[in-house]
Amino acid sequence: MPLASRERLELVCPAGSMPALKAAVDNGADAVYLGFRDGTNARNFPGLNFDLDEARQAVGYAHQRGVRAFLAINTYPRPSQWDKWCRAVDQAAALGVDALILADPGLMDYCARTHPGLRLHLSVQGSATNREAIDFYVRHFGVQRVVLPRVLSLTQVKNVMERVNAEVEVFGFGSLCVMVEGRCTLSSYATGESPNSSGVCSPARAVKWEESAAGRRSRLNGVLIDVYAPEEPAGYPTLCKGRFEVAGHVYYAMEEPTSLNALDILPDLYRAGVAAIKVEGRQRSPAYVAQVTRTLRAAIDACAANPANFAPHPQWVEQLDNVAEGRCHTLGAYHRPWQ
Amino acid sequence: MKLSLGPIQYFWDRKRVTEFYARVSEAPVAIVYLGETVCSKRRALRLPDWLEIAERLTAAGKEVVLSTLTLVEAESEVSYMRGIVENGRYPVEANDMAAVGMLEDAAPKSAPGGFVVGPHINVYNGRALELMARAGARRWVMPVELDRDTLVALQAQRPAGMETEVFVFGRLPLAFSARCFTARAHNLAKDVCEFRCGDYPDGLPLRTPEGQPFLNLNGIQVQSGETYNLINEIASLRALKVDVLRLAPQAQGMFEIIDTFRRVLDGGLDTAAAAERLAPNQPAGPCDGYWHGAPGMYRVHLE
Repeated sequence: MPLASRERLELVCPAGSMPALKAAVDNGADAVYLGFRDGTNARNFPGLNFDLDEARQAVGYAHQRGVRAFLAINTYPRPSQWDKWCRAVDQAAALGVDALILADPGLMDYCARTHPGLRLHLSVQGSATNREAIDFYVRHFGVQRVVLPRVLSLTQVKNVMERVNAEVEVFGFGSLCVMVEGRCTLSSYATGESPNSSGVCSPARAVKWEESAAGRRSRLNGVLIDVYAPEEPAGYPTLCKGRFEVAGHVYYAMEEPTSLNALDILPDLYRAGVAAIKVEGRQRSPAYVAQVTRTLRAAIDACAANPANFAPHPQWVEQLDNVAEGRCHTLGAYHRPWQ
Repeated sequence: MKLSLGPIQYFWDRKRVTEFYARVSEAPVAIVYLGETVCSKRRALRLPDWLEIAERLTAAGKEVVLSTLTLVEAESEVSYMRGIVENGRYPVEANDMAAVGMLEDAAPKSAPGGFVVGPHINVYNGRALELMARAGARRWVMPVELDRDTLVALQAQRPAGMETEVFVFGRLPLAFSARCFTARAHNLAKDVCEFRCGDYPDGLPLRTPEGQPFLNLNGIQVQSGETYNLINEIASLRALKVDVLRLAPQAQGMFEIIDTFRRVLDGGLDTAAAAERLAPNQPAGPCDGYWHGAPGMYRVHLE
């Protein structure tokens, strides 16, 4: 469902902590998204997120400044976790969040029946990449917005937009998931914890660094992910961004350490009627959130003012690359040759 | 318990596929899943070809299920899927929520008896399973990362008439991407992939720089390097009243693998002897971690 042209393209920014939330709100976010401090959300990292009181303060801070607050409960509860996840939904409803971001169809069923007035967004972890899948969630749960996985080309995004009966939110900047979200268990294969089950990918507790004659090595639960030459900057050992050996060659077999940056296609997304641009990174610092929010605010405003003549300002690109994974960026799947 | 043969995940040519299913019609599996579930560019066989194979397998007494694509992005993929959903004769395995939605809509036009929820639909709890039952599912395949304790709880909650199938042998389907990793290994983009995945009938092994077998590249799909093997858990699966055990087709030793599982189920072979017979057909060794709630690559009950 393309937005009517008079409506504003929303900038949705990550809030992994109160300082990050304030950084997003104070630097021009239209909405922030946050999660509870437990496995109910897909950024379940030590020291991050909000307990109930903090979440109340966070929502209050955003609302006082005219910014919407979304809460993500986007992992898939197993039967032993079911009651806790339902309680999280009830608590979010009581907090007065502007939308809940859910992935599990069971939990959506619970939410739609228990809190029929609560606005639902389908998380990227819901893994809906086409109109028919999105229709299922719209029909059964009244989902009002869907966050598209980072696997679609720009043309495919436009096709979906024209056909679905829900708003569409896409990723504009942040770490790049190479696999279709919600259907990747590489992390649990190596570590026992995946985004679906535990809200983490390549968890920090499984990471080990070693110094060796060949250079620095990073391991994930014992699996060698990368070896860095003495002068080479070392990145976080996300499993799909390691160097592996295939047919005698050692290379980034799945993807390089790099970030997604959609600035180059912002006017296309804008004209297609995308409802919101999402920034990834609840695990990142308040400084990252402030920088990315400020830059994307400027870019979106410039694009809205004059989409036909929009070009990413070199300064914006540099500012974003400075905080990007691998200090470089890609259009990812939006750009067909990447695939 | 019945044995099923999952869809072929690799890109085999027409001759190989045809010969494979000719042998399957004589093999002791009860259920056969047919179709391309990984990449829509692979068109060695089209729907009429699959239906022809389905016909022959049905004549040989097999229950045939048509499987749908997992990552669905293009309109052409949706229309192909619609053809499968509306085939009118064979039940369908849904591997994307798009297929679930279509099957629910098409209930009057699709084959009677309901559909199968494939391993790539995220059913992690009883409420989700109930939702699938309401949509018309009659069997579900447990997502591969789920463990025994979760299955215990889900079996207690499963809706009346719902059958449970568990993936018990083969390289695990772990991830799907817009990018083709086999093409990338050959410095090719997906749009000009030259169908290089056809050169690897059991996928392309990926090792760590230390030589540890880790993953297996199969086009846009990433599989486990090790072979998931629950041969030691047959008694436990039976006690849990699991209805179907799924074996994933591989080029190497498939009929020996089928035979081994069938003999264990029939009580003609003990699990230790069976594990030994399966060993040569697991080039990177076995794993069973997921079943035990451990990292999937672990060997908890093996060796």
